[in-house]
Amino acid sequence: MSETTTAVITGNEAAATAARLARVQVIGAYPITPQSTVVETLSKWVQSGELAAEFVTVESEHSALAVCIAASTVGARVFTATSANGLAYMNEQVWWAAGARLPIVMGCVNRAMSAPWSVLNDQQDSMSVRDAGWVQLFCRDNQEILDTFLQAYRIAEQLRVPVMVCYDGFLLSHTVMPVRIPPSAEVDAFLPRYEPDVPIDPADPRNLNPVTMAEPRADRDGELRGGYMELRARHQRALLDAIEVIPEVDAGFGERFGRSWGGLTWEYRLGDAETVLIAAGSLGMELTVAVDALRAEGVPVGVLGIRTYRPFPEQAVRGKLAGRKLAVVFDKALSYGYQGPICGDVRAALLSAEGAPPTFGCICGLGGRDVNAERLAGAVRRALQDFGDGVRIREPEWLDLKL
Amino acid sequence: MATGITDLPTGEFVLPGNRACAGCALGIGLRAITKALDGKLVMAVPASCLTVLGGMYPTSSVAVPWVNVVFASTAAAASGLAAGLKATGRDGITVLAMAGDGGTADMGIQALSGAAERNADIIYLCYDNEAYMNTGTQRSGATPQGARTTTTWNGKRENPKDLPRIMEAHGIPYVASTSAVYPTDVYDKVAKARGISGTRYIHMNTPCPSGWTFEPKDTVAIGKLAVDAGLVVLYEVEDGRFRLTGRSASLAKSGKRKMVAEYVATQGRFRGIAEETVASVQAWADERWDGFVSRHEADAR
Repeated sequence: MSETTTAVITGNEAAATAARLARVQVIGAYPITPQSTVVETLSKWVQSGELAAEFVTVESEHSALAVCIAASTVGARVFTATSANGLAYMNEQVWWAAGARLPIVMGCVNRAMSAPWSVLNDQQDSMSVRDAGWVQLFCRDNQEILDTFLQAYRIAEQLRVPVMVCYDGFLLSHTVMPVRIPPSAEVDAFLPRYEPDVPIDPADPRNLNPVTMAEPRADRDGELRGGYMELRARHQRALLDAIEVIPEVDAGFGERFGRSWGGLTWEYRLGDAETVLIAAGSLGMELTVAVDALRAEGVPVGVLGIRTYRPFPEQAVRGKLAGRKLAVVFDKALSYGYQGPICGDVRAALLSAEGAPPTFGCICGLGGRDVNAERLAGAVRRALQDFGDGVRIREPEWLDLKL
Repeated sequence: MATGITDLPTGEFVLPGNRACAGCALGIGLRAITKALDGKLVMAVPASCLTVLGGMYPTSSVAVPWVNVVFASTAAAASGLAAGLKATGRDGITVLAMAGDGGTADMGIQALSGAAERNADIIYLCYDNEAYMNTGTQRSGATPQGARTTTTWNGKRENPKDLPRIMEAHGIPYVASTSAVYPTDVYDKVAKARGISGTRYIHMNTPCPSGWTFEPKDTVAIGKLAVDAGLVVLYEVEDGRFRLTGRSASLAKSGKRKMVAEYVATQGRFRGIAEETVASVQAWADERWDGFVSRHEADAR
């Protein structure tokens, strides 16, 4: 297609469309609700010839990511997607992909972790691998899903780190919205061909990711090569570099396609807001509705959306919260025995910062519990009431809990 | 026509000096394997003794492309290498998955079964040293009955999984059983597998002095005794057609198979083994052997 078209599609179709536009060459495919229709859609396109890719129908998520890791090592652009238990099942591969510094892009269609069984949405799955060394980007609607996957390949291939594109199961994955689909030629220009750093070549044989000792060791020419910690420090540097690269890629995308998503964070009616509501994914969009309702009551609130969760946009969060009265963080996940992951990170970012507001947490939407604007606004009113009563440190509220 | 030992190509892909234990049969096998593929391969290697043989960053003891992969996913990773090579238009490179018996019979069997069912274009070679040797001789699904390991102090009670027959049941184009101490048998089977596309499975018995408890100088003798006792059988199944090869074919003709009791007496892992256990293993070996000989004779007709 030579022109931008608009299609009314689900989030999963938007993800699959992005993979097709990115001309992925190898797909590791395994079903799990609510991800399944991503690989089903790609399977159709591979069979119809609309997408020239090796579609490997593996027997597990562990193998799905194994296929992507190996194919990416060879130099193919790869794609896979999963949810919840699938992500947990591939956990050691998630770490391997990052440690091997491969530019893999994977969709995580956010779903609650079992037990008990739930196929419905929260963000516990991707949050539980936040430390694995991937870039994690959260999307708020289907257009952002398509655009973010395309950006993800640029980010991954530039920094040699894998990128997980996270979006809410069912709320986005199975909900149709109008999505602008850019022409292939434009995407090709945005995404240059991927070339691996180390070729797989019998004439130039290499041993990739062998046993690596704690201390640096000399190579055959006597030159010292990094030990495990040096490799990890380089990996961390790449993740921190993403703080610059993600907004650059988003801005470059905006110049070419006319849409940008805020890079690390996004905001809604934040300018004069005294109280800042923070969340990732579609929950942030629901918060914008709550903000409109609260503003109508004269309450000066705004939204700070977390688009990039890893690397954590520490400086941006600190800067945007400086001088505010109160921050309320809504997490669809929990570090059991402590607090919501985003809340903990926001608090850490604000620690000792000048003019930092108190930060209250709110746990919501676990296992698909409906989170609507009315309930969110109620949580904000209660937070403000507590604040007015002099409360500065508070246990997180569990929204709509009926114990 | 079987290749003679003096006919093997002189090019070496296993460099002098590696980190394997003294007397490890893995190096003998790996030399033959890489020669049979003329060095034009990429290996998928999970955590195992082979990882140790391969060397530590930034040095390597093997001059072929080598990709270390997660323990349970050797066959899936190999599928990914094959898919990646195909998708990027590279041909002439054989994908060799090479894992130990624990990584194959236990943890890796799901990924291996999946790859075989898809007929992924890979050679999967299991080097079977009959326990988790790299982690200190714990029992695996391929450990023989009666063998003492660090998790079966009184001897393992069960017979090993018959991996080649499990793989044969997948209907893949080529399955073979060989021994690292017969490098020409290894060479011929890998060379034949190289010319076939789809999933090819080769099971290579690999004697282990430290795990089986014998002198490193006796590796070849003990490996040969395992074949002579019919515990390790050299054969291949090509498109369903069964054939004994090498020493096993000679034994079938001569009928001079040795006894299990003679074999177990050579190794510390079987010290104190009960007579009834030896009898049980003998009965298991006899039944298998008779079955293999029958198939050999039937398919030769």
